[in-house]
Amino acid sequence: MFTIEQVLQPETLEEAYQALHGNISNTVLGGCAFLRLGSKKIATAIDLSELKLDYILEPGKEIEIGAMTTFRTVETHPTLHQLFNGVLPKSVSNIIGVQFRNVVTVGATVYSKYGFSDLLTALLALDTEVELYKGGRLPLEEFLQKSFPKDILTRLFIQKNARKASYQSMRNSLSDYPILTIAVSELNQRWRIVVGARPLRAQLASKASEALSNSKLTAEDIEQSASLAVEELSFGSNIRGSAEYRKAMCKVLVKRGIMEVLQCK
Amino acid sequence: MQIETTINGKKITLEVANDELLSDALRAKGYLSIRQGCDTSCCGLCTVWIDGKPTLSCSTLAFRVRDKQITTIEGVAQQAEEFAQVLVAEGAEQCGFCSPGFIMTVLAMKHELKNPTEQEIIHYLTGNLCRCTGYMGQLRAIKKYLGGA
Repeated sequence: MFTIEQVLQPETLEEAYQALHGNISNTVLGGCAFLRLGSKKIATAIDLSELKLDYILEPGKEIEIGAMTTFRTVETHPTLHQLFNGVLPKSVSNIIGVQFRNVVTVGATVYSKYGFSDLLTALLALDTEVELYKGGRLPLEEFLQKSFPKDILTRLFIQKNARKASYQSMRNSLSDYPILTIAVSELNQRWRIVVGARPLRAQLASKASEALSNSKLTAEDIEQSASLAVEELSFGSNIRGSAEYRKAMCKVLVKRGIMEVLQCK
Repeated sequence: MQIETTINGKKITLEVANDELLSDALRAKGYLSIRQGCDTSCCGLCTVWIDGKPTLSCSTLAFRVRDKQITTIEGVAQQAEEFAQVLVAEGAEQCGFCSPGFIMTVLAMKHELKNPTEQEIIHYLTGNLCRCTGYMGQLRAIKKYLGGA
């Protein structure tokens, strides 16, 4: 269990940001479900609850998701069920239980770049940007690949378009952490194949995505793209599965994802 | 720190430590229906409602319930009793340790879902573990309770 010396509930993001940089152990709190499993000693815990970041809005051509939005809100949001074949609600719907998903937040999951994150895998298959308080807006893919100075993730933006998508995961039991997560999407014949929980964080399989986008989508093309995804990404072993098992499952789930997208309306 | 909150309709002042969990704070206040089972946020025994939503009190920092409405099973005793009668009739309870959290989730589901299918019931209850019953009796009881049969 972590310990907290002092709590700050800032009224502005600037106040939160200044506090975050006041001490190396100062920490922004998300849902705390994962944080509580560790033993971190936090000097000042910065709670964003008062900053009204718990929302999903649809202004114009984007979906805007506040950092303090819970997984349960994502799971039950009507528009998210309609867009992208419901890939976002589907990605979070098997994470432990309803009462857990009412605790964990989108912002904490994305900012922490958790390797086991179901949501990150699905978000990366869409046209997603993150907004950092000081760092501004940038593509999620760039955010995941690079290191940034300590910042506060405030919102996610997802382009509202006709992208078709599929989400697949492999678990030892239904509500466990995933052994592997896959998201596949397509817009205007451009495909994105994303693999997460390898157990490293979600990553775009760029060569496989490119090959599939330039193919005629025959059974051989799909087989080849799935093989390419396995070849270009790295896989590791942990308590849930070996690297070899993950590679074997990756090929199966990528093919399944592509086939599902092809059948999407 | 001191926080004002409402528990089962009654406004109270809670003295909580900065890193105290809601489950500990509620138990210290005498709400012993809050059980602590897994310590890894996966068993659902500590389920309470925060502003009507089923939530893990073992994963919620107590200071965060300032000005919120907390409901424990003591606050919905009559509904809980009605459902518990069905549970007993269906032989769906053994040691009873998981029952408060389980019942709170079932009652939340009743408020949230209209005419849930069997699959929806199972999905909603995934976060509540029971090591005695094997779940089939509970499922029968829920269907009977929701169906009013």
